[in-house]
Amino acid sequence: MTPRAARPDSLRNPLRDPQDRRLPRIAGPCGLVLFGVTGDLSRKKVMPAVYDLANRGLLPPGFSLVGFARRDWADEDFAQIVHDSVKEHARTPFREEVWDQLAEGFRFVPGDFDDDEAFDRLRRTIEELDETRGTGGNHAFYLAIPPAFFGDVVGQLREHGLTDTGAPPDQRGWRRVVVEKPFGHDLASARKLNAILGEVFPEGSVFRIDHYLGKETVQNMLALRFANMMFEPIWNANYVDHVQITMAEDVGIGGRAGYYDGIGAARDVIQNHLLQLMSLVAMEEPASSDALALRLEKQKVLSSVRVPDDLAATTARGQYAAGWAGGEKVPGFLQERGIASRSTTETFAAVTLHIENRRWAGVPFYLRTGKRLGRRVTEVAIVFKRAPHQLFNATAIEELTQNALVIRVQPDEGMTVRFGSKVPGTAMEIRDVTMDFAYGSTFTEASPEAYERLILDVLLGDPPLFPRHEEVELSWQILDPILDFWAAQDTSGERPEAYDAGSWGPRSAEEMLARDGRTWRRP
Amino acid sequence: MTRPLTGTNSAGIAAEFVRARTRAGSPAMGMVLTLVVVIDEDAVDAALEAARVASHEHPARVLAVVLGSSRGAAQVDAEVTVGAGWGGEMALIRLSGEVVRHPESVVLPLLLPDSPVVAWWPGKAPVDPACDPLGRLAQRRITDASTASPGPSRALHVRCAAYAPGNTDLAWTRLTPWRGLLAAALDQHPHKVTGGAVVAERGNPSADLLVAWLSSRLRVDIRRQTSDGPGLTEVVLETAKGPIRIARADGTHAIFSSPGDPDRPTALKRREVPELLAEELRRLDEDNVFAATARYLTKTTAKSAARRTVGSTRKNPPTKKGTKK
Repeated sequence: MTPRAARPDSLRNPLRDPQDRRLPRIAGPCGLVLFGVTGDLSRKKVMPAVYDLANRGLLPPGFSLVGFARRDWADEDFAQIVHDSVKEHARTPFREEVWDQLAEGFRFVPGDFDDDEAFDRLRRTIEELDETRGTGGNHAFYLAIPPAFFGDVVGQLREHGLTDTGAPPDQRGWRRVVVEKPFGHDLASARKLNAILGEVFPEGSVFRIDHYLGKETVQNMLALRFANMMFEPIWNANYVDHVQITMAEDVGIGGRAGYYDGIGAARDVIQNHLLQLMSLVAMEEPASSDALALRLEKQKVLSSVRVPDDLAATTARGQYAAGWAGGEKVPGFLQERGIASRSTTETFAAVTLHIENRRWAGVPFYLRTGKRLGRRVTEVAIVFKRAPHQLFNATAIEELTQNALVIRVQPDEGMTVRFGSKVPGTAMEIRDVTMDFAYGSTFTEASPEAYERLILDVLLGDPPLFPRHEEVELSWQILDPILDFWAAQDTSGERPEAYDAGSWGPRSAEEMLARDGRTWRRP
Repeated sequence: MTRPLTGTNSAGIAAEFVRARTRAGSPAMGMVLTLVVVIDEDAVDAALEAARVASHEHPARVLAVVLGSSRGAAQVDAEVTVGAGWGGEMALIRLSGEVVRHPESVVLPLLLPDSPVVAWWPGKAPVDPACDPLGRLAQRRITDASTASPGPSRALHVRCAAYAPGNTDLAWTRLTPWRGLLAAALDQHPHKVTGGAVVAERGNPSADLLVAWLSSRLRVDIRRQTSDGPGLTEVVLETAKGPIRIARADGTHAIFSSPGDPDRPTALKRREVPELLAEELRRLDEDNVFAATARYLTKTTAKSAARRTVGSTRKNPPTKKGTKK
């Protein structure tokens, strides 16, 4: 079944007109069941996004939100939790009338993941909502819980008839499941996870959310590359020297020791976010702008990736040490609560990748990510070769480095171009200057949060930009040898290198680029 | 920060823009359009506030033009503001004397290079905006029939009759949430609509447009009925399976009813001008659906007017006065 099956109806709808671009696409009657209500993800992202969607009039009348958690709560307690999270984190202003109608659809089901009675209650709750709120049997299950529990929950859903409405096929509502990264911790576990989900839900009903890579970012990147004339001709090994992809966080692991220990920066960020960004930057132009064509191109790039042979020289990993970051005294990774004092989990990871095709042969892609770095930033820097001949003498261009085009993903989404310009004055002196374009100041400051678009896509049944299991598995294929190499280093007693909190990573990362005669950009 | 300029001209205002930007530490120049606002002196504050809010979503050079009395010697006064809550920059330009008949001579040199120009009349508007000296400079011309003093409904019909590509009216913009819900309703219930009604307070121009849109798209007769408001209060689409109804009595909460489903509440708040303006600025190409609706409205009014002069067609029975705003 493809979720697009419902679409022909809208073609026949006389009120719809492709030229009528004001008309929003409002999701059909449906509800969302949220597992892991108390987690950060639910409170900071999912709940506010649901409210923001309601506020923008994009949720269907009668939309319902069911919370499921091991808490002794009534519906009102749950509503209070949502209320607080919305007040604190929602993007759009709080409006009583929106809240009132939304809150009428809140339900809470207390229980454990192995509690049969609770899942029976959940089924009855959903049936009650279909009855009183008209959700029409359409429900999405959002698993904001550690992946270890996916199997339990998905199994329970199936056992209690929650994945299949039992009605004849033409009257059956849809059931979809939403999972968050990490999608496994290596290739084998990712396959196992996909098998668990695939047993119960068809691939078209599984939505893997990589929240860093909102649809907006993906579409901006596609527009930049393929709607313009001036970038694509230089987007290749003839002009590009190398590419740096950075995702830095200024915070430490905070209270997430249980999740983070044993996972580390590479699994947490490189496997999903950075490799997705890389494939968008490096892929060929898709045959069309639809989801399938885009996915094919991304898969092509991911399957052309080669990991260097000498992993000691081309990768780096580190752990942040205690120190001062942003004017605050902060503990080191090994002193964080819940982290073993001998933990070898990396909080910084940098890797070198090659893409073996005609466009990118010889252009290294450097990917790095880390916690407790200088500032919170995600960006892609395309660094160009130097001009093959310089008209000006060496002193004039001393301050001139390489041209660069930087795609800023967050914060302050936009683009920066770095190029040389003459310094005003009689002496000939050429220096790097930057030119900035920001979506935030050029277009809307009300650009929707990534989660809003993602949740709306789930409710509309639009899977376009969610990674499919093929992409997930290809990403693990790239990362697995590196992870194995680091594991081997661990057994031989080599530890991740310590780096100062608030700096830009360990020295080994600098050396990794220095060996190639390059330096990291300060983002 | 605002600097008044007395007895100036376009070059003076342009130079002040540059000086003001430098004083403000050269803020980023990411303006996407020029918005020309044509206003009366007493409406300046409200219009500028709306433009300021909209400028956060669409950073713009806002040129607010106040046309004074055309008697006496020509005089151009201006106040230039950069920053201070504006997403872009603003000049409030007051014209008096002969130059009032040539406002385009002041505005043209101040348009941003290349980017689109939008003209907005928050209150009184020319009969044919596309032929207005300032309207001609713009590719998008926004009027608001609901503020027209001698009958908003009449003003809307005049606007629709004078429709030219690029024209739009906030009476149309106000309908977007209603139209979205109605279209979504027919997504869910793909039944043939056999008739319907739009209920709104008397003289509500948006209701006239909604009737025209629905009857032109659905090819059925849609009745127009009067209520005490505020604004639009109810829309009903009749189908063989039963009525689809959206009812909003208080201007904020609506009840959505459809055949075979329980009644569902939904928030449907009347939107303020800044929000409407921001929506208008999102699309700067011709709105084909509005064009078709305006043409349809003009055609059907002409027909019913002809019928009225021939026979003695009774008008809608005016049940209640309903002059409440």
